Amino acid sequence: MTLSDAFDEPAFVPYLVAGDPDFGSSLSYVEALERGGADVIELGLPFSEPIAEGPTIQEGIVRALSAGMATERYFEFVERLDVDVPIVCMTYYNLIYQYTGTSGDAGGAAGERGPRPFVERAAGAGIAGLVVPDLPPEEASPLRAACDEFGLDLVFIVAPTTRGDRLDRMREQVSGYVYVQARLGTTGARDDVSEQTDASLERVGDWEVPKAVGFGIKTGEHAERIVAAGADGVIVGSALVDIVAEGVAEDRDPADVAAELAAKAEELKAGALAGAKQRTPPEHT
Amino acid sequence: MSSKTDGKFGEYGGQYVPEALMPAIEELTDAYERYVLDNEDGFMDEFRRRMREFGGRPTPLQPAEQLSARYDTDVYLKREDLLHGGAHKLNNALGQVLLAKYMGKERIIAETGAGQHGTATAMAGAHLDMPCEIYMGETDIARQRPNVFRMRINGAEVTPVTTGRGTLKEAISETMRDWAKTVENTHYVIGSIVGPHPFPAMVRDFQALISEEARSQAQEAEGRLPDAVLACAGGGSNTMGAFHNFVDEESVDLYAVEAGGSSLSVDEEAGVAPNSASLSTGEEGVLHGARTRVLQDGDGQIMESHSVSAGLDYAGVGPELAHLVDTGRVDAVNVDDDAALEAFHRLSQLEGVIPALETAHAFAYLEEHRGDLGESVVVNVSGRGDKDLETVIEETAERDLSIAPDMDLFREIGGGML
Ligand SMILES: Cc1ncc(COP(=O)(O)O)c(C=O)c1O
Repeated sequence: MTLSDAFDEPAFVPYLVAGDPDFGSSLSYVEALERGGADVIELGLPFSEPIAEGPTIQEGIVRALSAGMATERYFEFVERLDVDVPIVCMTYYNLIYQYTGTSGDAGGAAGERGPRPFVERAAGAGIAGLVVPDLPPEEASPLRAACDEFGLDLVFIVAPTTRGDRLDRMREQVSGYVYVQARLGTTGARDDVSEQTDASLERVGDWEVPKAVGFGIKTGEHAERIVAAGADGVIVGSALVDIVAEGVAEDRDPADVAAELAAKAEELKAGALAGAKQRTPPEHT
Repeated sequence: MSSKTDGKFGEYGGQYVPEALMPAIEELTDAYERYVLDNEDGFMDEFRRRMREFGGRPTPLQPAEQLSARYDTDVYLKREDLLHGGAHKLNNALGQVLLAKYMGKERIIAETGAGQHGTATAMAGAHLDMPCEIYMGETDIARQRPNVFRMRINGAEVTPVTTGRGTLKEAISETMRDWAKTVENTHYVIGSIVGPHPFPAMVRDFQALISEEARSQAQEAEGRLPDAVLACAGGGSNTMGAFHNFVDEESVDLYAVEAGGSSLSVDEEAGVAPNSASLSTGEEGVLHGARTRVLQDGDGQIMESHSVSAGLDYAGVGPELAHLVDTGRVDAVNVDDDAALEAFHRLSQLEGVIPALETAHAFAYLEEHRGDLGESVVVNVSGRGDKDLETVIEETAERDLSIAPDMDLFREIGGGML
């Protein structure tokens, strides 16, 4: 299944940090999200300087890094995951750029740097696409080329401030889906769903790729409103990482945390489906 | 992107930032080209005027008589420590706050390491009536208290950053996060020649007043250009400021002196580099919006750096400086904490100039390489050392430095302070 096919019905796209709070629990959390109805999973490869992330995800990243998550381990994590839905790797460019493969690897010039070895390894692990929040389209050509070579999608984030030429440049390079950032700022769950969402959706309205809205979505009701407003999917990160964080703080049994994640996933997926029913039918001209 | 500047220094530089920031960065690039490069609306004239009237420029190029005798070389001090605020930082801070005014922004944010940039920004903010908020790592807050008070007294908010080790790297990340939320009315006054284009070029242009003056002052004093210019390098803004107008003069050797910290070796397991020598030991990578030389592990995770001087304690360096080092135009060298501390005391005793610990690194290199720097050497005194006195007293007490005054006396008098 290609990444865009996953949006045939309104999609629920959860995000978790791989390895948060440890390798084994994290595997079970990601699998729980699929059971709860995830259509695509954005899986964070943690980076030490996550400049686009708010406090909740930053802390998840710190937990994962201190539990030993690292690039090669991340690929092993993906290979170990027992899920059928597409996995999208979300990370920062330096980790992609530095990856040179495991030493002694056949193929690929030894020590070759740049996006190609990373993308090749990601493809090998079965990853369907990449989102790189600190890589604007101006700097993305080498990564786009590597993704084309190995059949990965490259998702871009459209911000509420993105206009004009920048939209065009992204449209040329995007594949899989477009990540529509619902409001300015860093990631983090909010109680309001921004009005900027409508305007942002409108700007990418005629793009061919599915539109997934993220940043601040927390409840099934939010998901419903966003899909009703025309989104093809909802991306939810901080509200889920919050559940993982609570599990750590309260020292809960990982099985209970996984069950809560699955329940939250069901709520969000149901919201997305409910939203689709409220959409105004397309006008006929 | 518009045409005049592409923000690349060889392979380095660029704009690796979240999409939400890109429109602000394009707006800033446009403003940089119009006001700074083209002097639209007389921006640069106003900048230079305010640097004279408010900043106290030009700063002297002072012959250092005792050092000259000691090294049998003509040593000149470019006295940026005499600039208002006590460091070169005001050149950049005032330039950017003024630019923000021209751009119609209403609020200023900045990160600070040693507190010198935060202090300069707070002063420029008060001077130009702009509210400002300064992000500062909590470790740095603890070791640079006098500057925290100065910022508060000038009316700035100081927000502690508690992530990571609580130093400059984390403060920059946090300021970028604030900017991502507030770009529409806020300008981010970055403190060195780091970050996405146009910051590295723009900050260099403001700091280039240093070498513009030094060049003509040296001509006047000696009738020729110096053989060498030395400057300490953290992010590298005083460095590029001191080098810029000499870069095309092949006869002038340029030395960027980094913090060797306690050791040049790296502990990959712990993710710690006990130094801040990204030019000497770092690898190419992407940090805080630019491709440059970075202290990182094999995966590309950024390391925790170390230096006795907060202002040099950073895992990256400006892309232009990294490029000039790669092309061989600038020599990247380093000295360790001990040598810097000794140099701090030496300059204070011999010349009556108490340098910032950052600056002391450049003097330590001069001491170690006295013979081979030529007949006329300019050292950029990037700042004064008042802010470092607590650190110096503590660090000196831990070491056996023959050059240092008797610290027991300080302990008795300053008992409460320690
Ligand atoms: C006095 C002084 N010198 C040097 C530096 C290092 O900065 P840069 O390398 O950008 O000149 C600082 C930074 O705070 C400083 O306060």
